[in-house]
Amino acid sequence: MIGRDEVLHVARLARLELGEDEIEPMARELSAVLDHVAKIAELDLSGVPPTSHVVEVTGALRADEPRPCLEREVVLSQAPAVSDEGFLVPSPQA
Amino acid sequence: MSDILALTAADAAEEIAMGRLSAEELFAAYRSRALADRDAGEAGLNCFTWVAESTPAPAPARPLAGVPLAVKDLFCTEGVPSQAGSRILEGYLPPYTATVVRSLADAGAPLLAKTNQDEFAMGSSTENSAYGPVRNPWDRGRVPGGSSGGSAAAVAAGLAPWALGTDTGGSIRQPAALCGIVGLKPTYGSVSRYGMIAFASSLDQAGPITRNVRDAALLLAHMVGHDPCDATSIQFPERVTLPHAERLDGIKLGVPAELSQDGIAPGVQRAFASALARAEELGAERHDVALPHAPHALSAYYVLAPAECSSNLARYDGVRYGMRAQDAEDLLSMYTRTRHDGFGPEVKRRVMLGTYALSSGYYDAYYGRAQRVRTKIAEDFRAAFEQVDFILTPTAPTIAFLLGEKTGDPLAMYLNDYCTVPMSLAGVPAISIPCGLSDGLPVGLQIAGPAFSENRLLEAAHALEMAFEFDGAPARV
Repeated sequence: MIGRDEVLHVARLARLELGEDEIEPMARELSAVLDHVAKIAELDLSGVPPTSHVVEVTGALRADEPRPCLEREVVLSQAPAVSDEGFLVPSPQA
Repeated sequence: MSDILALTAADAAEEIAMGRLSAEELFAAYRSRALADRDAGEAGLNCFTWVAESTPAPAPARPLAGVPLAVKDLFCTEGVPSQAGSRILEGYLPPYTATVVRSLADAGAPLLAKTNQDEFAMGSSTENSAYGPVRNPWDRGRVPGGSSGGSAAAVAAGLAPWALGTDTGGSIRQPAALCGIVGLKPTYGSVSRYGMIAFASSLDQAGPITRNVRDAALLLAHMVGHDPCDATSIQFPERVTLPHAERLDGIKLGVPAELSQDGIAPGVQRAFASALARAEELGAERHDVALPHAPHALSAYYVLAPAECSSNLARYDGVRYGMRAQDAEDLLSMYTRTRHDGFGPEVKRRVMLGTYALSSGYYDAYYGRAQRVRTKIAEDFRAAFEQVDFILTPTAPTIAFLLGEKTGDPLAMYLNDYCTVPMSLAGVPAISIPCGLSDGLPVGLQIAGPAFSENRLLEAAHALEMAFEFDGAPARV
């Protein structure tokens, strides 16, 4: 069973603010899903390698050559706030 | 042309190529239907998040001849709103177009509309959308399935000739089943994911949602191919061809007890049984196969997909695109409040679940184990395909359920993916075709094959489709 403190700890890791009314339902719903997925603990998986790719890909590397990319103005046009040539964000310290 | 909207996409393309139908007339006819649905809001089916502002100018002859395409909101389309059904991408106009959308446009399938979906493709009912829920054209009180519910409902209702969807754990196949149409999830890697807004990158795959199997083959033929912008994409080993098979002589069909008995609604089991009987009449041999780890697929999936989601969705921080919470006093609270305001409840749940599963002390127990279960599931499929050509299961455990019926119980919602998730984890292709009705609502038959067996899979699906003679007309609006 996931408790309130654990929910708040994970929310901090996820950079997610939860309203007071969201914490208890989140604890309950996460617990229900985790109880269900805990069934995989019953399987004997010793010596089984973890999946990295389901379909084998070889030679995915390309030459590291400079290529044109999106123009700065095009990218900045989607930002909520910009300053001169960059993204504008609040100060890390209030 | 008496009723151009009744034409399948492939037939419409042929009529245009023969000069008997104008591409502009067809586009305009669908555009006005899509606009009517959009303007009706939730009084309509709520299939669309955006509809083309005008009919494209006449173009030179191309393979898809100008047959218009509806595209799930999850795909980036240059200068056209692309929000993945989320508030957090409010106002986002991508500076580029997804490779697969561009390929299809180049082949002659212009963008008709963007379709509604579960937020970031997380859901099985298309109720988790910032644009409100989509309705099932067979029964407006029911869900269309999800997450590609807008694409499926639009095709079933005749509001689009065909559509693009995406499938992570069943998001093409399950809504296709619940709406009585065809949905194909290709082999992982066969279609570029570039410009497809990421949910779980090791599972996400684009695919066609169509009225019949032939349309699915035609659309897929112009979707596959290696893309230098997606390092997991692979050159499809052969040309995708249009299916013609009417018989299944000598084809071995495997039926796994694990995915066709417990937890499957009686009406769905009955439709599935009669589909198998029809397959045998067409000359197929029925075999029992074992997928011993398939019952654990859902558990593994609901660790792996949220884990990848929590990582992929870290990018939504209010800095570079979409919305930003106002009046935050510092950088950290700007991040956390933007995500609080911008994400819906299901996305928050998955981000939390994934962050938990990846967090210190739990990684081995959850993520590590789930990746090992995934290996066992892929091995099960490889072993089964040494005995049989295809694996058949019902696509979804139930017919379309009522709006609101499962929104309060995430686990009940997740169980919708029980039959589709194993193929996703194994990376193999699977198609859903309508095989009958239960209580007047469509039931989907899922056919899965080995990696890159799409041509054979489409042939078998075509033969079965001919035999089922499923009538989708009741859903047309």
